[in-house]
Amino acid sequence: MSLFDILGPVMVGPSSSHTAGAVRIGYIARVLLGCKPVSADLALHGSFAATGKGHGTDRALVAGLLGMKPDDMRIPDSFRIAKEEDLAFSFEEVQIPGAHPNTVLIFLRGEDGKELEVQASSIGGGRIMINKIDGIDVNCSGELPTLIIHNLDQPGLVAKVTTRLSEKNINVATMQIFRDKRGGFAVMVIETDQPIFKKNLSYLENIEGVVQVTYFKGEVG
Amino acid sequence: MAFTSLEEMTALCNEQGKPLWEIILEDDMHDRDAAKEDSWKKMCRMWEAMLASVENYEGNIMSRSGLVGGMGAKMEAYGAGGDSLCGDFVSKVMATALKTGESNACMKRIVAAPTAGACGVLPAVLVPFYQESKCGEAKIIEALYVAAGIGQVIAYRAFIAGATGGCQAEIGSASAMAAGAMTYLKGGDEQQIVQAAAMALKNLLGLVCDPVAGLVEVPCVKRNVVGAVNALSSADMALAGIFSKIPPDQVIDAMREVGEKMHDSLKETALGGIAATPEAKKFTQGM
Repeated sequence: MSLFDILGPVMVGPSSSHTAGAVRIGYIARVLLGCKPVSADLALHGSFAATGKGHGTDRALVAGLLGMKPDDMRIPDSFRIAKEEDLAFSFEEVQIPGAHPNTVLIFLRGEDGKELEVQASSIGGGRIMINKIDGIDVNCSGELPTLIIHNLDQPGLVAKVTTRLSEKNINVATMQIFRDKRGGFAVMVIETDQPIFKKNLSYLENIEGVVQVTYFKGEVG
Repeated sequence: MAFTSLEEMTALCNEQGKPLWEIILEDDMHDRDAAKEDSWKKMCRMWEAMLASVENYEGNIMSRSGLVGGMGAKMEAYGAGGDSLCGDFVSKVMATALKTGESNACMKRIVAAPTAGACGVLPAVLVPFYQESKCGEAKIIEALYVAAGIGQVIAYRAFIAGATGGCQAEIGSASAMAAGAMTYLKGGDEQQIVQAAAMALKNLLGLVCDPVAGLVEVPCVKRNVVGAVNALSSADMALAGIFSKIPPDQVIDAMREVGEKMHDSLKETALGGIAATPEAKKFTQGM
């Protein structure tokens, strides 16, 4: 753990896992959606459902969806601010088999009509794990710059993507590859040591067979 | 790569002739590929946030559950009467621990050190010491490096989360960090610093995590007081030349063993200890 994982983060209480981690999950879900969300359906699992209210997990998740970070003093007021910003939200409880005790499933709709489903867990100390995006396993932490590339499952695509990254002097820290079925849709989740500039993202988007590139620069609070 | 033992840290101090805080700062620079100034500034921001977390306390509000609130103000008023058993300085330490813990429960901004549940321990000892002008700000920042470095070794060899190691991992670790920081501020050498940390951790070994209704309120807020006061007494023992018979790293390893043997009902699940008392159950059902 880094020195400032021990002394820090600066956060709104009361719990690093149930509050700070929940804000980060909401924040990353908004970034992944890529625009302002207008509606959010949140399903809480395990300890998030059992003790979430007393820890402000609900308000923390909504705060993150509004673009707040874990140290934002407005977190306790997030329900009221959501109303002002026209974000409709609802909460329910679910049981997700095998999921971490602090897990939430978020269904988002953006102002441009885009929809997104994210399943994420708060794994302690404010650190999180994004488990699934639109039902596909991703398992990334959001701490490093992260690329999520939806592509057609065809030969050579992984090589093309990593070649373009290396041309830009970007080092791959971790890489995971998933697909729904052979020859169907595939997803690459790549964490990198260096941030990726916008122009290099479009360079990746232009690769034939790449359907969509999502990027977040990591380190949110 | 962070340090994996306190022994390694103190040995490097001797080898390079540098104080403990500097060795820890240099390790952070290397770990995060950061300039010295960046690391120092980041630590300054932590200190500013800590000071603000104490200053922003409101004695007239309660947590959402209604379990905690107002205790910091009560302790402060009592201490100001000048007749407390613990004396002026320790009364201020106790009031500060309560204030920060309550602010955390009331969804105010705090610094997790090492966790949100134990966020009151370090400010409790550092803020009153600083306010009584016994040292400058730079010295406090150096003490924060000492505290964080000790915490990093504990996190590596054992744990700092109540869910994995019980309260000893949260308040115990915070107390060890605070003991090291205060020993440094009082002019203790590297050996005295790690000895103070070892004694503080040893004194809280076995402390379980048993929060009522799973909330970071009861008994968590008051345990910040014991963590802070224990840090002061451990620091004073080390400064008096009293040492732990068991080497500091072995004390940390013992904390890990105790945490691993601790029953799950006593590790933040709210199923045992104080959380399982009839009164706690009644409260939980009423929520």
